[in-house]
Amino acid sequence: MIETDRLTRCYGSLTAVDALSLCVEPGQVLGLLGPNGAGKTTAMRMISGFLAPTSGTARVCGYDVGREPLKARRALGYLPEGAPSYGEMTVREFLRFIVRMRGFSQDAGYRRFHAVVQQLQLEDVLGVSIDSLSKGLRRRVGLAQAIVHDPPVLMLDEPTDGLDPNQKHAVRQLIDMMARDRTILISTHLLEEVHALCNRVVIIARGKLLADATPAELEARSRYHGAVSFSAPGGGMSQEMLGRLPQVAAIEVDPLDGRITVFPKPGERILDAVETLLREQGLEVSEIQLERGRLDEVFRQITTGSEHADRYAGAQA
Amino acid sequence: MSPVNAVLRRELRSYFVTPVAYVFLVIFLVLAGILTFYVGDFYERGQADLQPFFIMQPWLYLILVPAITMRMWAEEAKGGTLELLLTLPLTLWQAMLGKFLAAWLFIGLALALTFPIWVTVNYLGSPDNGIIVAGYLGSWLMAGTFIAIGACLSALTRSQVVAFILTALVCVLLILVGQPQVLDLFQGGWPRRLINAVGYLSMLRHFEAISRGVLDLRDLLYFLLSIIGWLLAGVLLLDLKRTR
Repeated sequence: MIETDRLTRCYGSLTAVDALSLCVEPGQVLGLLGPNGAGKTTAMRMISGFLAPTSGTARVCGYDVGREPLKARRALGYLPEGAPSYGEMTVREFLRFIVRMRGFSQDAGYRRFHAVVQQLQLEDVLGVSIDSLSKGLRRRVGLAQAIVHDPPVLMLDEPTDGLDPNQKHAVRQLIDMMARDRTILISTHLLEEVHALCNRVVIIARGKLLADATPAELEARSRYHGAVSFSAPGGGMSQEMLGRLPQVAAIEVDPLDGRITVFPKPGERILDAVETLLREQGLEVSEIQLERGRLDEVFRQITTGSEHADRYAGAQA
Repeated sequence: MSPVNAVLRRELRSYFVTPVAYVFLVIFLVLAGILTFYVGDFYERGQADLQPFFIMQPWLYLILVPAITMRMWAEEAKGGTLELLLTLPLTLWQAMLGKFLAAWLFIGLALALTFPIWVTVNYLGSPDNGIIVAGYLGSWLMAGTFIAIGACLSALTRSQVVAFILTALVCVLLILVGQPQVLDLFQGGWPRRLINAVGYLSMLRHFEAISRGVLDLRDLLYFLLSIIGWLLAGVLLLDLKRTR
């Protein structure tokens, strides 16, 4: 469990994190989303205890990070931004160092060491110095470091940054596997990651919490939510007909590939109606799709549309 | 004390994985030899003791100890590993102590490797080995004080060069402050007691007392309290960085 209460951090006149209150429960994988400089890393640094908050508190598993730092840190597995590690050490030396720091007995430490090496497939590079590893491997070493003590709370700052698609998949599987009874907080700016991993999304910008929802709820806010798009060679003909459907709000044609997107009026479902109409018109449709909504569009809307954003923040407070 | 031990082992290992340890040991031993035999007139004095060896040690440490300590915290701050280290379950004191002890043990090793000089003087004459042991102890304590100063000032900055220069500066001040030439500067108008107090800060005075074989509790306390004080200042600096 991670709880923050009006967590605030100022650098001079700049407020990097502004009264952030969050509660992440076991079983949740919360994606902290925001543009660069939104305050994601600063927030995580305060929860980890690396930075002291200007005001407000953070608790990990009920332990106040400021008052009982060691207990809070024991409960926390943390991958800092950029997955820092001691470059001159080999992977084996580094992980053994972390195991020792975590206070394991000889036997238990040995078992945990082998467990994480296996989980993150580091067997082949144990004797290689970390400096000479690829970016992806370094990130995996960082992850191994974070989970070596099997923590109930896991906080990962951009865990898949710099990984290739296969490695991303492997890391996501790992997080998925660990998610069941743990509290996981990841920061990311990859929207696909939110789909793949998270069951809750928090969007912050300029240090303020702007949205707190499930990925599906966020998608539902998109203009594209419930829209129907299709490609039809002679589709131009049907536009007028589609426009006459009572449920349809607007129609757009992609100028590049001629793909037609039909937007519903709020709360309307239009897939059946559009399909029926197309069939009646005898139009040959190569492929038709019901859109779930576009997260990138919602993300842009929330983080740049200040008017909307402020209204939402007001509703939150 | 297991986290202290883990930090200590990691630090020591990092000295020996990188060329730092070997470069240091070679330079330390070569310079110690040259200073003793050529500058210190080891033979010409015709006395069977290690005074020429010990008298040069502060100046040797002045150059070499900051080179060891400059990276201690500055490198971690720059490379981002500070965040990793300080979010592991250990206190700032434990981290500081582990790093300090690693450097102190390492200098201890360097000192131990000067044993051929000791063998030489025993071969050539019959020195008072008690005094020599006291000299080694004093030298090691003085090195500890230099290291503690370096550890503190390395926590101040991300730049290793700045850490080196600041440490060397503070150390040279502490060496020189008790010299008669320096104390003379204070003569005009300053109360006698204050001048004595300033003189008491001098590292050289305490070191020379110990290396003559006079084990006075006050001299030992001077070094131990200096070490603790500088390490404490370093810990406070690190803690301050969290809130800045």
